[in-house]
Amino acid sequence: MLTAMLRRVMGIETEFGVSHPGHPHANPIRMSGMVVSAYARDAGQVHPLAQRWDYDEESPLRDARGFDMTRPDADSSQLTDDAATANVVLTNGARLYVDHAHPEYSSPEVTNPWDAVLWDRAGTVIAEQAARSAAAAPGGHPIVLYKNNTDGKGASYGTHENYLMTRSTPFPRIVAALTPFLATRAVFTGAGRVGVGQDGRTPGFQISSRADFFETEVGLETTLKRPIINTRDEPHADPVLWRRLHVIVGDANLSETSTLLKMGTTSIVLSLIEAGGPDLGIRLANPVATMHRVSHDLSLAEPIGLVGRAPMTALEVQAAYLAAAREHRSALPADSATDTILDLWEEVLGTLAAHPLALADRLDWVAKQSILEGYRRRDGLAWTDPRLAAIDLQYADTRPQRGLALRLEQRGSLRRITDDDAVARAVTTPPTDTRAWFRGECVRRFGERIAAASWDSVIFDVPGRSSLVRVPTPDPLRGTAEHVGPLLDSVSGVAGLLEALSAR
Amino acid sequence: MSTRESSEHQRPKPDDEESVAPVVAPSANKAALDAEVDALLDEIDDVLEENAEEFVRGFVQKGGQ
Repeated sequence: MLTAMLRRVMGIETEFGVSHPGHPHANPIRMSGMVVSAYARDAGQVHPLAQRWDYDEESPLRDARGFDMTRPDADSSQLTDDAATANVVLTNGARLYVDHAHPEYSSPEVTNPWDAVLWDRAGTVIAEQAARSAAAAPGGHPIVLYKNNTDGKGASYGTHENYLMTRSTPFPRIVAALTPFLATRAVFTGAGRVGVGQDGRTPGFQISSRADFFETEVGLETTLKRPIINTRDEPHADPVLWRRLHVIVGDANLSETSTLLKMGTTSIVLSLIEAGGPDLGIRLANPVATMHRVSHDLSLAEPIGLVGRAPMTALEVQAAYLAAAREHRSALPADSATDTILDLWEEVLGTLAAHPLALADRLDWVAKQSILEGYRRRDGLAWTDPRLAAIDLQYADTRPQRGLALRLEQRGSLRRITDDDAVARAVTTPPTDTRAWFRGECVRRFGERIAAASWDSVIFDVPGRSSLVRVPTPDPLRGTAEHVGPLLDSVSGVAGLLEALSAR
Repeated sequence: MSTRESSEHQRPKPDDEESVAPVVAPSANKAALDAEVDALLDEIDDVLEENAEEFVRGFVQKGGQ
């Protein structure tokens, strides 16, 4: 169905930094809960008190009912107090909830990198609105959310990508073929960071905000001893056919070009791997150390140690993947979307080699470095000056008036791919070409009748029925507007919807 | 640090690069480049957190995934 090299089911999860200005000891779990439930209330399109996340893919109806009945009298204040479990499914098909001690936005499933950029951007807007709603709520206080990955003091939180892959691709081959790509792609995906080392104690600037927090090559962990390749395996799709690759090495990007390249190139490389390639003969001598060094090497010229061959630079490793992708692509039918990403990838790698500053209007780390170097030159600041660390943080501020990346966009210094109208639509409407459409539209049309939902299901509380009805959505490419749009339009309530669904 | 004109394009178009690149080529015009960055810094000055040291010290997060 999705034949182009870069088309596949994908999504981005973002954990936002959460701060009460002037109150460093404010409880982050409580603030995260305030943010999530305030957004749910103010958005007016969701019914948070009725909504739960359906954690059990296989639960019979009785279990689903029991789950729901554990919180029969919940009201908004209780939901706030029960901050750690605050969770809503939005009309755009996304999930907004509290993960650990951060508000997290998990985008709806999309099928291409441009839509990934759009619904990721929608998440930033939602986060900012949510923080404002929380501040305005009774008992609220100012809360600011940051789209970044570290506090600069040793704590890190993630921006994860998900890609659906064919199950028949052997996992060891994914590890071997993907690791050199992931360890070097920060040259265009990096968000930039002031300070080197997990706690940032070594003064300076580095390309990636996340790299220093990776300590091992392969593993299941996401919160400690983070691995370059994560082995979590919950496909949220038919497990016989599909694997969901959970990529946790990414930076939180503000630049839309960085996000587009991140999702597009990674999806293309996964296509190469699914097709049995790429046979580059590139094996990193030390993947973890390489990932750190690529991030620390602002010259982009340091040689990377390889097994059994001469060293290459990060740009050369990326160019080898690009060449393999070009070759693979040339044997396939016309595919302008893939060509656009391949051209952009090539152009960015070439510009990074020749004059990287020219990418200050497109890549986060270059844009950030350009501001920081400007301050260092103008005001003679050392890397230890707190003003530089403040700029690093404020680059990721989600408020349009204060966020530096957003300010750069407003003055035309950082290019957009989306436009404000499309983003505004993506805040409230789902992608049309995945099951997120069914999920989001059900929330919009029948929100008060939805008892729970998840990636794989929507659970309805039907008037007149004693048990809840669970509608499974195991195929990410069904439940699209094309597939169930006419059906949804033809019914007036959930009873009719379920009747129509069961008749199919 | 492209000019406003060149950044109006919503989607990266490789064809445009030849007109953009010379503006920021390394030795092309350092003074002009610095002037452009300075204009940007002046704007940023207006919105930067007032007490940077306190702001940075107060930004404390718990670890996540």
